[in-house]
Amino acid sequence: MTLPRPPSRRQLAMLAALGIVAFGLRPAPARAEETSVAVAADFTVPAKRLAAAFEQKTGDTLVLSFAASGQILAQITQGAPYAVFLSADAARPRKLAAMGLAVPGSVFTYAVGRLALWSAQPGFVDAQGQVLQTGHFTHLAIANPQSAPYGAAAVQALKALGVYAAVAPKLVTGENIAQAYQFIASGNAELGFVALSEVLQDKSGSAWVVPQSLYQPIMQDAALLKAGEDDPAARAFLAYLQTPEARAIIRGYGYGTTP
Amino acid sequence: MAFEAPSAGITGLFGPSGCGKTTLLRCLAGLLRLPGAALRVDGEIWQEGPIFLPPHRRALGMVFQEARLFAHLSVRENLRFGLRRAKGAPRITDAAVIDALGLEPLLARAPAGLSGGERQRVAIGRALLAQPRLLLLDEPLAALDREAAQQILPRLREVSRLFAVPAVYVSHDLAEIEQIADYLLLMRPGGRIAARGELGALLTDPALPFAARRDAAMVLELRAQAYDEIYDLTTCAGAGVALTVPGWHGPAGAAVRLRVRASDVSIAKTEPWDSSILNALPARILSAETAAGPHVNLVLAVGQTRLLSSITRKSFDSLGLAVGGMVYAQVKAMALAAPG
Amino acid sequence: MPAAIPLTLELAGLSTALLLLLGVPLAWGLARGRGWWVEALGAVIALPLVLPPTVLGFYLLILLGPHGPLAPLLALAGLHTLAFSFTGLVIGSVVCSLPFMVQPVRSAFAAIGSAPWEAALTLRAAPWDAFVFVILPLARGGIVTGAILSFAHTLGEFGMVLMLGGDIPGKTEVLSIVIFNDVETLRWPEAGALAAGMAVFSFGVILVTLRAEARMARLRA
Repeated sequence: MTLPRPPSRRQLAMLAALGIVAFGLRPAPARAEETSVAVAADFTVPAKRLAAAFEQKTGDTLVLSFAASGQILAQITQGAPYAVFLSADAARPRKLAAMGLAVPGSVFTYAVGRLALWSAQPGFVDAQGQVLQTGHFTHLAIANPQSAPYGAAAVQALKALGVYAAVAPKLVTGENIAQAYQFIASGNAELGFVALSEVLQDKSGSAWVVPQSLYQPIMQDAALLKAGEDDPAARAFLAYLQTPEARAIIRGYGYGTTP
Repeated sequence: MAFEAPSAGITGLFGPSGCGKTTLLRCLAGLLRLPGAALRVDGEIWQEGPIFLPPHRRALGMVFQEARLFAHLSVRENLRFGLRRAKGAPRITDAAVIDALGLEPLLARAPAGLSGGERQRVAIGRALLAQPRLLLLDEPLAALDREAAQQILPRLREVSRLFAVPAVYVSHDLAEIEQIADYLLLMRPGGRIAARGELGALLTDPALPFAARRDAAMVLELRAQAYDEIYDLTTCAGAGVALTVPGWHGPAGAAVRLRVRASDVSIAKTEPWDSSILNALPARILSAETAAGPHVNLVLAVGQTRLLSSITRKSFDSLGLAVGGMVYAQVKAMALAAPG
Repeated sequence: MPAAIPLTLELAGLSTALLLLLGVPLAWGLARGRGWWVEALGAVIALPLVLPPTVLGFYLLILLGPHGPLAPLLALAGLHTLAFSFTGLVIGSVVCSLPFMVQPVRSAFAAIGSAPWEAALTLRAAPWDAFVFVILPLARGGIVTGAILSFAHTLGEFGMVLMLGGDIPGKTEVLSIVIFNDVETLRWPEAGALAAGMAVFSFGVILVTLRAEARMARLRA
């Protein structure tokens, strides 16, 4: 058995995140001096970096839980004691606000996801994404377009390029972009749409950064949850995410930020 | 270890527990492969050098200590299991076996509902219907109570003769062997054959431990000659011996097997004429086995056969008996009545 | 969704059939074998009980993929990968459910012991004959249990399918994935209805099988 490449710490983290998805691990109950933050799995690495920087600055302690956004939403509705939610989309924080589970007016876009067409094979994806037209591949991986924003964006991009009907039979769907990434990294799918942030971290294979004109911006929104309403550290962390310093960190991972 | 056994009649394989009797039987069956062993049955090689005939290619039938009937099959289906798989036209038919072993009322039943004796009868029938040229019996009565065992033992001898299937009968119970075997293999611990030969000859061989035993016995193969209806007695004769035996033992010429215990044979120096004993046979003392204890076991030559007599040492001395002396062996007729 | 129901039943049925063909002889080897390899093999077969299905799915993704050991064979068949295919899911289900088939059947074989087997051999039955006509019927209870457990387990298998399937409707989108997608996209009533339907169906299948088995056992006694 040959692994496509030695499993990086990142892949292991993804694996762990998927394990959490599968088993629905309950988050540890937050203690008074700790602030519990639920983070969409795709934002795992930047979130850790941001949390470390924030903790160093303020002395507050953040406890990060990673899971798929849908999973987190389900947990919050069932009373999970998260103070802050960093979602992979804009819909779920809005839904929480509508349900009265998030503090009204606290929702803002902390990052804008960017889509990339990526292959683990060097030279497979050309700089213009022409490979989508020529179609010499058997499987194109995307995230679930119904539940994952990157999946929806991928479908929009394919339609905008006019190749959706042609590639539809070759689509394989990961539950989220982490899984789509795995399909491609393991070579089972020759190429697929993933988050630019993922591509930038591995810097291997070949990729095409999909022009943002081809899909709706992938707004990743944050919300202050009811459980964190009176938690100064939770409010401070959300405020920190909007500082130029934090925005620079986020952009460094391949995300855009709102003006 | 090398030995030969005759391919007719029943060979008793006797020895203490753990001496390797069952191992030997399993080798014969092919359930165990002892390296270096050689087996030929009826001229056919079953094992020799690289040749090893697997059990299902050996024309044998085996009856184990537990009946090992197939729980998912009825008695009828159990009986037919081997019959169906044997090649060629069956020499032993199911009708004959069902009749000989009295299995008719059991046919539709499930093995789980049978008594121990019934199960073992079915197992014997099932083994016979596999059309064996050799029947292997591994202590088939050891798990049964005495009564059930005593019902099966004579039938086993009967079917072996009726269907002309030689058998090897393993037991650690000498009384069973004495009742059923024609030929005896005596096994010592460690799997060596200590003696082999005609059952009668070995039982009365002074060199072997049998003759000196306190419950020593001897087996006579006689034929019925005449039946006395008034007194319900049968005269049986053979090998220069004639004995009067209670009960009917079949028409003239029928084979009668008598087990004569040494303790049922007494000694007189002169021909008794006023004794209740019907059977007084002139005999010569071949040997006197005096082990520790009160008894002396005499090996007697009677006609062309031998008898054992167990008397007290006191009688031996007071009668002035000596090896080579002529005496009368008195066999109590009623002691010949029941088998065992 | 409509395609997912027959697809799931087909996957569970086919996997159970393959598990019977593969697991029963394997259980026989484990029950009869002697030596260190028996326990080693037993432990390997039991691994899917210990490993999370997503982890198993991840390794299957690599094993069945273009860089896995099967790749040369796949290339011969003109395939790029077995992932994202019904065949791949069948292989994955067989691996994941193997212990559910092997354990009860192995226990049944062990309980039967060697006595009926030896008796059959001395009754002119060749080894395969003795196995099919004596051992298998005697082990029927364990085999039925193994088949039910395998079927039910495959019916509800999620983690492995999630990792290996690629969620292709009509090919790899089984019921558990549909339910998960419904949960993810906040269609909770639909998810609940499907999950309830699946539970009721599984309950029915298990009940009917167990009752049939009990009736057969009664007929025999």
